Amino acid sequence: MRYLPLSSDDRAEMLAKIGVKDIDDLFIDVPNHALLKGLVDLPLHMTEMEVEQNFAAFADRNISAGSVPFFVGAGAYRHHVPAAVDYQIQRGEFLTAYTPYQPEISQGTLQALFEFQTQVAQITGMDVANASMYDGSTACGEAALMARRITRKNKAIVSGNLHPQYIDVVKSATKYTEDVVVVSETTVNKAENLLELVDDDTNCVIVQYPDFFGNITDYSALADALHEQNKLLVVVTTEIVALGAIKSPGEMGADIVVGEGQSIGNGLNYGGPYVGLFATKQKYVRQLPGRLCGQTTDAEGKRGFVLTLSTREQHIRREKATSNICTNAGLCTLAFTIHMTLLGEAGYRKLAKINHAAAVKLASKLSKVKGVQLLNDTFFNEFTVRLNKNAADVVEALVEKDIIAGLPVSRLYPDNKDLANDLLIAVTETTSEDDMDILVGELSEVLK
Amino acid sequence: MTMNNQGRPTSIENASNSNRSGYPSYTGSRGLSQVEGLIYEIGDTHRTGVDLPEVEEFESRLGGMERSGEIGLAGLTEPEAMRHYTRLSRKNYAIDLGLYPLGSCTMKHNPRLNEKVVRLPGLSDIHPLQPISTTQGALDLIDTLAHWLKTLTGMPAVAMSPKAGAHGELCGLMTIRAALEAKGDARSIVLAPESAHGTNPATAALCGYTVKPIPATKDGRVDLEAMKEALGPDVAAIMVTNPNTCGLFEREIIEIADAVHEVGGYFYCDGANFNAIVGKVRPGDLGIDAMHINLHKTFSTPHGGGGPGAGPVVLSEALAPYAPIPYVVAGDEEFDLVEHDTSGKSFGRMTAFHGQMGMFVRALAYMMSHGADGLAKVAEDSVLNANYILASLKDVMSASFNGPCMHEALFDDRFLKDTGVSTLDFSKAMIDEGYHPMTMYFPLVVHGAMLIEPTESESKLSVDQFIGMMRHLVAAAKAGEKDRFSGAPYNAPLRRLDETAAARNPVLRWTKSEQ
Repeated sequence: MRYLPLSSDDRAEMLAKIGVKDIDDLFIDVPNHALLKGLVDLPLHMTEMEVEQNFAAFADRNISAGSVPFFVGAGAYRHHVPAAVDYQIQRGEFLTAYTPYQPEISQGTLQALFEFQTQVAQITGMDVANASMYDGSTACGEAALMARRITRKNKAIVSGNLHPQYIDVVKSATKYTEDVVVVSETTVNKAENLLELVDDDTNCVIVQYPDFFGNITDYSALADALHEQNKLLVVVTTEIVALGAIKSPGEMGADIVVGEGQSIGNGLNYGGPYVGLFATKQKYVRQLPGRLCGQTTDAEGKRGFVLTLSTREQHIRREKATSNICTNAGLCTLAFTIHMTLLGEAGYRKLAKINHAAAVKLASKLSKVKGVQLLNDTFFNEFTVRLNKNAADVVEALVEKDIIAGLPVSRLYPDNKDLANDLLIAVTETTSEDDMDILVGELSEVLK
Repeated sequence: MTMNNQGRPTSIENASNSNRSGYPSYTGSRGLSQVEGLIYEIGDTHRTGVDLPEVEEFESRLGGMERSGEIGLAGLTEPEAMRHYTRLSRKNYAIDLGLYPLGSCTMKHNPRLNEKVVRLPGLSDIHPLQPISTTQGALDLIDTLAHWLKTLTGMPAVAMSPKAGAHGELCGLMTIRAALEAKGDARSIVLAPESAHGTNPATAALCGYTVKPIPATKDGRVDLEAMKEALGPDVAAIMVTNPNTCGLFEREIIEIADAVHEVGGYFYCDGANFNAIVGKVRPGDLGIDAMHINLHKTFSTPHGGGGPGAGPVVLSEALAPYAPIPYVVAGDEEFDLVEHDTSGKSFGRMTAFHGQMGMFVRALAYMMSHGADGLAKVAEDSVLNANYILASLKDVMSASFNGPCMHEALFDDRFLKDTGVSTLDFSKAMIDEGYHPMTMYFPLVVHGAMLIEPTESESKLSVDQFIGMMRHLVAAAKAGEKDRFSGAPYNAPLRRLDETAAARNPVLRWTKSEQ
């Protein structure tokens, strides 16, 4: 067995040292009937080549995004990741290290986290960020809980234009904590009046920016109005590249910003692992969930980094912790920070501009197709079109033409008949003009 | 080419005449231990390591929301970035560098095959919301992994979406609460042993439960009598780690299960230590109702400096209807993904999308590589290595409990009595010997805990070297070499770090003004 170094002789020698005859003598505390007498009913070990063949067979039955014109976004985006990123995250010193509990021999991970926290704070326009959550959706759930801790009120108002699965995660995260979640009506392209839902018990309003349908709304006035009542504004960004082009949530007055960081450094991976971003104002630092890396000095006065403010966390505070999170997004965080460092400010802004330009181009091409109506006034790299036919049927028809045309919104809103013909389309720097023209051509045929 | 006639073969004659151990360097670096600045100190906002095409003029649709002003992001070109991160990587300890005996964390070898297959475009470059008809291989893979997990645990159902162990705990307890509420009996208390991971009480609190700690017996197990006394009609569940955090199998596990079931509560098993019994014992045969499995422990998906993990939760027949969405259904001809609950029973959703696919791929590759036979050996070798360490160190260190242990050996600090050396000091001295310290001060049930988990990945030679090093340090502590410990580490990239100052005045990001 290629992964098990002990030989039969080693085992015999070690059992002798321990003073037992048989390996099962070490399992003596297991109730006798529960110790299996034979092997479980699963295949026996395989060679490396056999395993590889099995996975190639799984992979062959999926259509990979890069192999066809591809337009799905909705919280996960296909971007180009520089080769250097994947090389670095596969270095054993990063890949096979644990959480940096021993700072003297974990400065690599810790310094990268400190840089990551700085980048996230800068991008979101906030004071501080934590060392990551599992993903954007769970970060969103944690934000609702944090708003309650800060305000000591128990009602969160959630925009109906927040990603529907994020809404579900917020509802589940607060289900048994005596919190109340009120979701406003979904409005694909009309302004929401969230303020009218705010009452005395409200702790925060959670909005998405750009929203699920791609609209860009200025929430500055909402932030001001909420702050007058001592309520918080939580801003969710699921396409973090957008913040290279549009005003930061911090500039609008957000109190907590959560995001999905997958777009930077991380592949689609069928939904995970991704990287949850979580940023806030300095004054709320002690209410943050998750790990934080901080700067300090060593015994010789040299700068170094450590995990800090851990008295918020489960391993110290137990049932009074700000969250139960332990393992976070570690290596995905590293991928994010390396990609962001390669981009730098200049690259990040340019990447955002390319994404926006590509989306504008496709929107303009699609607007000329009969049976397609663009619903957005504003958008970044994703927008919603209303078709003259059921969008799910159209997408399936286009799969036959080797095009993955976007997300039929109905997949996430099965009960909302008004949205049955709506198609959410995402465009990134990986979308070529040929891809766009193929989509436009075939869609025109299907909608005839 | 001409020979360099001025060069001479290196001789150590002069070097060995020097009495000095070294000179302070101008750079602060020491040979291959190189000082590295922050990206903000070596890069700037104009530099980039990514070439992107120019954009033609176009009409913006941002609605006047353009971002103005500098963000402040530092960029590096590729050679600079490679050097930066390579230098940083060399300041990390890692499994690839040596035995990583963190008890409870299971730092075993991460096979590189798993990194290769997870990067197949047909697995890595697929979108969670692309048509289900175009991801049949992915759904088959998830279903196959689910089958392995159910078979290995002897449980009928599994919720795949939780993103880590603690997330799995939350999933399990929420499922339990939903099942209880469906009977109109939510209850209010969760019992957890004093030795439990901090995530257990933190999770129970998130589910709206009050946590009642159960004391341990003198032999490091759940005090069954005390537990029975704490049980009542208001107890929703007991959370027990098995093998427990002292590295011991809960001998009275069946009695624990029976007792909690008798009062109508559920048995949640924390499966963090499943690696000790995988392929040897099925938790389903022990009377559990729910258990999360840390794929990043038992099934070796890389810890990656803190994550990501994955925490699928196996469930009993009674709990399965209350599990979260989504889940995969294997039809006669194709796989389906259920993303909306139509039964009204599911408690909801743990996360957007379908879980940690990248971890599923790696874990399944690990399982298939080992097979039923290899997985049982994984458990046996991990337990053998731990017991060998226990047997080889118990004469000089203080074992907290009588053996045999399972996959980890627990010591406390009694052997350091009167030496002036603490568990922390002892751990830091291990760093100077080229090792990552073991888990320290956990579990809380013994004083100055040292929890050593070698895993099955270590050869006998490696374990013997570790034992030799530990015995050497114990002898040094007992010989009164206090300074070796209190000043340690001396040979790491940095000396001991001031965590107190870090917490008193938190500096959590780089800022321009400060420099």
